[in-house]
Amino acid sequence: MNRVIQRLVPGILGALVVLAGTTQAQDVLIRGAKVYTQTERGTLENADVLVRNGRIAEVGKGLASGAGVTVIEARGRPLTPGLFGGITALGIEEVSLEPSTVDSSTVYEEARGTAFEPRPEFDVTPAFNPDSVAIGVNRVEGITFAMVAPTALPDGTMFGGQGAVARLDGRTDAFAAASRTLFVDLGASATASSGKSRAAQFMLLEQATRETQPAKPLRDGDARLLTPTGREVLARYLAGGRIAFSVDRAADIRQVLAYSERNGVHPVIIGGAQAWQVAALLAKSHVPVVLDPFLDLPGSFDQLGASLENAARLHQAGVPITFTNFSMPTHAAHKVRHAAGLAVAHGLPWDAALAALTTTPAQVFGLGTELGRIAPGYSADLVLWSGDPLEVTTVAEQVWIEGRSQSMRSRQTELRDRYRPATTPSKP
Amino acid sequence: MAWRSFSGAALAVLAFGAYASDEPYSSTYQAHPGPPTVIRNATVLDGTGRRLDGSDVLIRDGKIVAVGPGLDADDATVVDAKGRWVTPGLIDVHSHLGVYASPGVNASQDGNEATDPVTAGVWAEHSVWPQDPGFATALAGGVTTLQVLPGSANLIGGRGVTLRNVPATTYQAMKFPGAPQGLKMACGENPKRVYGSRKAAPSTRMGNVAGYRQAFADAQDYQRQQEKYARDLAAYESKQSKDKDKDKDKDAERPEPPKRDLRLETLVAAMKGEVPVHIHCYRADEMVTMLDLAREFNFRIAAFHHGVEAYKIADRLAQEGVCGALWSDWWGFKMEAYDGIWENLAFVDAPANGCAIVHSDDADGIQRLNQDAAKGMSRGQRAGLDIPPERAIRWITSNPAKALGIADRVGTLEPGKMADVVVWNGNPFSVYALPDLVYIDGAVAVDRKAPPKPPASDFLLGQPTGGAR
Repeated sequence: MNRVIQRLVPGILGALVVLAGTTQAQDVLIRGAKVYTQTERGTLENADVLVRNGRIAEVGKGLASGAGVTVIEARGRPLTPGLFGGITALGIEEVSLEPSTVDSSTVYEEARGTAFEPRPEFDVTPAFNPDSVAIGVNRVEGITFAMVAPTALPDGTMFGGQGAVARLDGRTDAFAAASRTLFVDLGASATASSGKSRAAQFMLLEQATRETQPAKPLRDGDARLLTPTGREVLARYLAGGRIAFSVDRAADIRQVLAYSERNGVHPVIIGGAQAWQVAALLAKSHVPVVLDPFLDLPGSFDQLGASLENAARLHQAGVPITFTNFSMPTHAAHKVRHAAGLAVAHGLPWDAALAALTTTPAQVFGLGTELGRIAPGYSADLVLWSGDPLEVTTVAEQVWIEGRSQSMRSRQTELRDRYRPATTPSKP
Repeated sequence: MAWRSFSGAALAVLAFGAYASDEPYSSTYQAHPGPPTVIRNATVLDGTGRRLDGSDVLIRDGKIVAVGPGLDADDATVVDAKGRWVTPGLIDVHSHLGVYASPGVNASQDGNEATDPVTAGVWAEHSVWPQDPGFATALAGGVTTLQVLPGSANLIGGRGVTLRNVPATTYQAMKFPGAPQGLKMACGENPKRVYGSRKAAPSTRMGNVAGYRQAFADAQDYQRQQEKYARDLAAYESKQSKDKDKDKDKDAERPEPPKRDLRLETLVAAMKGEVPVHIHCYRADEMVTMLDLAREFNFRIAAFHHGVEAYKIADRLAQEGVCGALWSDWWGFKMEAYDGIWENLAFVDAPANGCAIVHSDDADGIQRLNQDAAKGMSRGQRAGLDIPPERAIRWITSNPAKALGIADRVGTLEPGKMADVVVWNGNPFSVYALPDLVYIDGAVAVDRKAPPKPPASDFLLGQPTGGAR
């Protein structure tokens, strides 16, 4: 939509400000904020942030606005980098139970008549719909970037396929090449799709890996797991690429680390319910964990020992962590903010929790020089909050992505306003 | 209580001691009240809509004795709650703990008897596995009472059970004495998907409604047979007992009772108001269809559960006295959940007589009902509604108690109520809120500073829990 949406910012902003729609670039001065820079400068009280051409130009006190610069009075409210929404199907899944709206996974077994068809070349990014309602619903909650990932179905394959980090401002070229990631599911939740055995998973992983190695040519007649394209794709990830392994059990994590070391892979652990048990090993290899801080029950035998202190213990050990919300990863991706607050309640330092939503995921997915900090040169992806950014009663007052102020309306706010009780007493 | 409709002559066996009844499957729950306790200087949200700052709560013999400042309680154990908040124990009207237990292995998929669209004869309590580790984590989140329901695969899924959230080896030992069972029904996509995919009825929403109507029509017929039998039996007995042998009809035969039908018994109990009806229903139009169904068969709906579109009919629900048991932020996972909004709880709460409830449906959500309520409260406030914490706390205390038919026993901190109390480390409407102390019937059930070691669940015993829950 190119229409400029004019609206009044809620009274708390204290000034009448006209906000542009998502397509109009702006130079903005956000004045008098509590700025969580996520740099060595730490948190600056009553500081200004100047945005020019979509980038952070300056961070400091008493910055001059200049001509054509929109001034936002923050009045001491918190300003953070835009938040990471976790491992999602944003833009590739509109209504989870409606197959015609879901593009996050693929199955071939009917066509081939085999139960196992690994397709690492399956790439969800061409299916991405930047206009998905779920994106807007999460954007107004301060979620500005998220991993858009394939979902391995129980009857799919342990190779989920490829995903990448999307910027959530409706742009069509949403994905940064540096963030491309291959997803592999291991452990109990994936055994049905991969030989009905954990041992078979590692057997198949080794075989697929071997197929990518030209030094060990296959003889004619050898059954191959991968298509020629699949071999090319997997080879790229094995040459120093990033593979995200969905895995919970400590023993399986150790296997993943060993496999990764043998093959030059940079692994990311997704899930990691038992990761705290191998925290030292993860820290030593500097392997990050994407975890759900809500998880404290053994959903499976792989998750025995799931703990609300997983985040705190991993951080304490020096493991880079970021968050995702497994219970509703796409539609309620924003729940990572609640999750981060919960991790704080269970021992994670507050600053580490904010880093886990900003700087760390940017770094983990190859965007560490672009996103996740409020520092000169970084993309101006910013959120102005009504209060403590991790508090459940706090809301995002305004979101900027690459300096553009985002509409704070979504399909949900449209529904809200249609059905708002008529007799509502107005609050000042 | 006599929620069982037809148990012949053996209905009125009276309860003694801790046992509510010696009927089969009845509660064996026993309270173990601690010493008299006074919680001093807290911010108290009492569940009735009141907030008392700097207030005490006095507990004696497992009951709330008084709430107010400076209570006289020389003999009581003192808990200094300065800076802390106190609420009633939380109540969840919609849980599957025990019937969909952790770990979610094949052996414990006991929540849906998805073999027939009407399985009103099944009781969730017969699936409850008391060793589900989820009970303890819910307790750590302040949940002292919960209703465990069958799932939503069926039009009429069966009876739910209300439990006290105490560690136990049997469900009977958890069963809330005297609480009615609930009847679980389901609208919309789930039943028609489950049976439609098998080329069986129902496969459409109109098939759903025909299914409920036929089931209740059958129950009406069954009720007439039962009533006729009762009349015939009474006539027979009165004839036999008339003065000596004079009028006795030697040829009269004792009437035969009709065969019991467990499905129809449940539906008759619902029509008699003995079993509150809880309906899984997302869409506004379908909820109103269910209100019509309730009118046709003269039963009362306690609550619509999930009710993602309840905000569209908030006035109607308030008029009918039907609660909306809701989430704060779940939406979009299926078409009937596509119109979810953050303000659902607040809008359902808004009308006079509005009854909003935060429910979980989920082993994670039940641990943080207070934070779901906090989200609904703050979004409502931003939409211009005046919802202070003392109002929103009702969504997780007195309102669910009302829907479960136990509001005379729990849900508020009024004198005489069971002493289910949570002492929070601060404002419960915060992401950092944690229960420091949870009392059930006046006994300390959780002390966060002294977590149970080993874990309460037998299943977790000897497992790598790392000393943390």
